[in-house]
Amino acid sequence: MSTFEFLLQGLLVAAQPMNLLYALIGVTLGTAVGVLPGIGPALTVALLLPVTYRLDPAGSLIMFAGIYYGGMYGGSTTSILLNTPGESSSIVTALEGNKMARAGRGGPALATAAIGSFVAGLIATFGLAFIAPVIVKLALVFGPREYFALMVLAFVTVSSAFGDSTLRGLTSLFIGLALSIIGIDQLTGQTRLAFGVPDLLDGVEVTTLAVAMFAIGETLFIAAQGNTGPDKVEAVKGSVWMNAADWARSWKPWLRGTLIGFPIGAMPAGGAEIGTFLSYATEKRLTKHPEEFGNGAIEGVAGPEAANNASAAGTLVPLLTLGLPTTATAAIMLAGFQQYGLQPGPLLFATNPQLVWGLIASLLIANFMLLVLNLPLVGLWVRLLTIPKPWLYAGILLFATLGTIGANPSVFELGMLLAFGLLGYAMRVFGYPIAPVVVGLILGPLAEQQLRRALAISQGDFTVLFTSPIAAVLLTIAALAFIVPLILRARGKGEVLSQMAAEED
Amino acid sequence: MKHVFIATLLAGSIALPAYAADYTIMAPAAPGGGWDQTARSLQTTMQQEGISKNVQVINVPGAGGTIGLAQFASQQKGNAHALIVGGYVMVGAILTNKAPVTLKDVTPIARLTGENEAIVVPASSPLKSVKDLVEALKKNPGSVSWGGGSAGGVDHITAGLIAKAAGVDPTKINYIAFSGGGEALAAILGAQVTVGISGYGEFEGQVKAGTLRLLATSGEQRIPGTDAPTLKEAGLDVAVQNWRMVAAAPGLTPEQKAAVTADVKKLATSKTWQETLKTKGWQDTYLDGDAFTTQLSKEIAATEAILKDIGLVK
Repeated sequence: MSTFEFLLQGLLVAAQPMNLLYALIGVTLGTAVGVLPGIGPALTVALLLPVTYRLDPAGSLIMFAGIYYGGMYGGSTTSILLNTPGESSSIVTALEGNKMARAGRGGPALATAAIGSFVAGLIATFGLAFIAPVIVKLALVFGPREYFALMVLAFVTVSSAFGDSTLRGLTSLFIGLALSIIGIDQLTGQTRLAFGVPDLLDGVEVTTLAVAMFAIGETLFIAAQGNTGPDKVEAVKGSVWMNAADWARSWKPWLRGTLIGFPIGAMPAGGAEIGTFLSYATEKRLTKHPEEFGNGAIEGVAGPEAANNASAAGTLVPLLTLGLPTTATAAIMLAGFQQYGLQPGPLLFATNPQLVWGLIASLLIANFMLLVLNLPLVGLWVRLLTIPKPWLYAGILLFATLGTIGANPSVFELGMLLAFGLLGYAMRVFGYPIAPVVVGLILGPLAEQQLRRALAISQGDFTVLFTSPIAAVLLTIAALAFIVPLILRARGKGEVLSQMAAEED
Repeated sequence: MKHVFIATLLAGSIALPAYAADYTIMAPAAPGGGWDQTARSLQTTMQQEGISKNVQVINVPGAGGTIGLAQFASQQKGNAHALIVGGYVMVGAILTNKAPVTLKDVTPIARLTGENEAIVVPASSPLKSVKDLVEALKKNPGSVSWGGGSAGGVDHITAGLIAKAAGVDPTKINYIAFSGGGEALAAILGAQVTVGISGYGEFEGQVKAGTLRLLATSGEQRIPGTDAPTLKEAGLDVAVQNWRMVAAAPGLTPEQKAAVTADVKKLATSKTWQETLKTKGWQDTYLDGDAFTTQLSKEIAATEAILKDIGLVK
């Protein structure tokens, strides 16, 4: 049978009424658990996997796919509504999405996230079905030096996308980089900056820092303003649905996000959050409404959310074709597949076509179910925001704390949450952007490790960093992205750029 | 404190009517890894075999399991229904991190599983056998880059042991640590590193598909279905297995320890568990009682020696 016939057959199985019901149950469970603070997709899948064991293979695969996509989407909902990202890849969503929610546009934000996730999931799943073998070959060409070049590109584009002052942005970035050094150095096993505290050996948890900086810092900031602060959050302004302008501004970011997210997700050391950063930076450069960035630009939700979901499908590429789990979620899925007698690896597509195509068809169905379930719920979710401000922020504080304790039950972690919350508050008061701190914490170790790996493999020869064609191209793009704005500014076109950047958080 | 008391009381009152003990299993790692999978397999088996009706798994990730171990030792003292999963990697991590809480502070119950290490090269590699590898190492240890899991872990230790057995200074090996066998696999397939070293399960699919060449495995016996020699057969006196164990809380009475051991033994000999071992590709290395305790202290001493040789423990 051809690829297409296999897929069609899989879809026919997945579209049986009973299986549709399983998909709906899976999506509902996944979303419900994913919405809980501190529970990212990895834990959601781990907790709910046993539920699927009692069904027949087709039914369990379908429910499983539903749980996976549901868990992913549930995390975005809390990011947008409560500013508490449950995983590193929805941090960027919180950035613009929460601003939209507080401007009364929570409905369109949730809708563009849901539809964007659907579109990205759809395209990326087809990508998985038809071009996985090609993509995986490309991904394997990426060695330490190529990854390092990619990180340099991410640093350059992302750090210029945040903050109105380069100096302030860089200061924030370096705070993040400094925090990223804490813990056991992965390459030598030596501890750095842990000061003998065992809890610091694994470094600073990204979600703890993000929730502290975004949610706790924000709450303190609002509380410090007392009654003199801006008026209460407007829950709904205009329609809860996306209007024509929202659609027009969303569809291109969805597609671009998918294009960025899918290949990066397929790279074994890419990481979903890098796709979301790059997508955010891209949208910010291309937008016709730069003044809205930092104040709730719909492109800033649509692009990164699409990138996030596309890269989730992307992680299935190395998983299915190489048996290579590149994220914690993928590792749990691998365990799940083994339960169904599916042994992911290079021979999978040849030995188990029915199950593979069944899985891919299930992903398509689950993706669709997610939309069916969540679009009607948008109206309900945004009512959360009508809660009076003191209650809402008290609730956010509670959820942020619960989430941190839920993910890592330790007193020290809680102390870090509060300490970083205070740092986030201070940075807000003194006008330093928050996001670069989190970006530094995520990208810092990746860049450092890949650089050191590249140099260790070459035994200290620096030229290897430039002699690979891919690395050279990526570094050239990074250099251009850095130099071109400088030239433009020197030619007197700086007003445009500084105006673009002036409307920052 | 009051809340803890009430919570304990509540948990106790819920636990009482159950016909068997309600176990709590700590996986001292994030969801997805080997310990988490072991803990969750234990959970499923205990429930299916009726050993315990209600089993909970908690993840406390961090620092090679030492964070979870410290928390377990202090919070579960005297609790006969708490278990923690651990293994070789934890032994190494305790030594390299100079962890204040060690396996002496808990009650080791039994070794459950073992996984042999595999030494692989990309199919295109000029290295055809362990002999070629040893020659390359002797010529220039730095030119052979080893891709494997975290520094000081079982992969790193095995690489060090191989170098030592080959008469090469183990501090000179060029070990490139990746965040897990998976990420290392990508670097090996892409020929970014010279040799790959990790659990056989990580490489199995690639070896069968012919994209990786299996040079040797690290157990006492060959892995069934492969034609690669063991390291010993290839002339290197090295035998390593990445084993996983289960331990109970400190401060148990001998009767309580015997009861937990009986439950674990019932689990390990059950059909469900044997099937799980098969699907996961884990070897059954069940060992309990004094034999396990002796074996454990031997392993700890041997690991400390090799970590000193590699230069990770001073």
